Amino acid sequence: MNTKAPGSMRLVLTLAIAGLLSGVAIIGIYESTLPTITANKARELREAVFKVLPGVSRMQQLVYRNGELIASEETAKDEPVVYGGYDERGEFLGYAIPGAGPGFQDTIGLLFGFTPERQLVLGMEVLESRETPGLGDKIYKDEEFVGSFNELSIQPEIVAVKKGTSSRPNEIDAITGATISSKAVVRIINEAHADWLQRLPPPGSEPTLRDSTGDDT
Amino acid sequence: MKKSDSYEEFIKGIWRDNPVFVQVLGMCPMLAVTNSAINAIAMGMATFFVLVGSSFLVSSFRHWIPKQVRISCFIIIIATFVTVADYTLLALVPKVHKELGAFIPLIVANCMILGRQEAFSSRYPVRLAVMDAMGMAGGFLLAMFSLGAIREILGDGALFGISLFGENFEPWIIMILPPGGFLTLGVILLFFNWFKFKKDEFLAEVAEAERSSR
Repeated sequence: MNTKAPGSMRLVLTLAIAGLLSGVAIIGIYESTLPTITANKARELREAVFKVLPGVSRMQQLVYRNGELIASEETAKDEPVVYGGYDERGEFLGYAIPGAGPGFQDTIGLLFGFTPERQLVLGMEVLESRETPGLGDKIYKDEEFVGSFNELSIQPEIVAVKKGTSSRPNEIDAITGATISSKAVVRIINEAHADWLQRLPPPGSEPTLRDSTGDDT
Repeated sequence: MKKSDSYEEFIKGIWRDNPVFVQVLGMCPMLAVTNSAINAIAMGMATFFVLVGSSFLVSSFRHWIPKQVRISCFIIIIATFVTVADYTLLALVPKVHKELGAFIPLIVANCMILGRQEAFSSRYPVRLAVMDAMGMAGGFLLAMFSLGAIREILGDGALFGISLFGENFEPWIIMILPPGGFLTLGVILLFFNWFKFKKDEFLAEVAEAERSSR
């Protein structure tokens, strides 16, 4: 190390060069990993849509724009989005509706399948959560709880009740020890459902599948 | 100080000067992400990469970095490596990245890494600096793994997600919650201190016996 004090010009230059090199390195890694990261996210979403809508083999993104639901790949910021699920012949099967809300520790983000024709929830998949390991994380690890969202009535809304006491078609058993997390999941679905009920077109007039979209990519 | 050789620099980080169990550094990630073995290893590997990379660069450029701005330069170098590790994990293992969350960017603030740059890499040639970094990071990885494995086995009845004890095992949930981290770390530190105490006692006895036999 130098014994005599270097001029401030030298200090500024050193830091500037270090910052510049670091910036170049960061841009490099960002650009080179971005395609993989985007592809991973898209694949995760597709898998989730296929999971919450059993029997679906093709999907397309639907955007609520100017009072109607249209198929579109592009979304403006804050535009509500759902995913339409179709079978092989292009018949509409149901919507996969995203929802998010406060859980026990942090925001829970999830996706649920919904058929407007039969007014049933077809399945539920938690996309992101930071619930307590061992307790709250049962909202996606407990197969019984996740399974109870298959063919669940949402008329007028889902109700989480104490374990073992669900009797009506719109009731599910909350998880013992994770009541808050279970109720959060139910509340998120109910709220998303209520929001979308007025936006979705009447059953039978759903947007048709566009050939260019929704295919395996 | 006697002339150090690279093997000595490597091995001291693993055991004698273990950054976690002896120096008690890097406690934040230590307690936060060791709730499963796989998370602990991923975090340990990321830290390994950052520490070895930074030590290499800091040691290579040690004659060009003016000492008035050395800390800023160290941090720029460390932060760059952390960003590289962050994006790489996000691209390659998104599931692990999700679990580790904010703790990957926080590697920048791991005092063990900055400490090694200031105490070692900025003073020694590249070969020794890299050996020292590998030893320290290896010791950190080892500590992370032992804590993660103990907590996962007790708190979840599994290792690397593979169930060990079958259906009837009632998991000791507190072990994978934050208090479990403190408990496990406390017990391990107790063991290390006890071991050191016993070793010192033994060495003193040997010295005593030698003196009396003379």
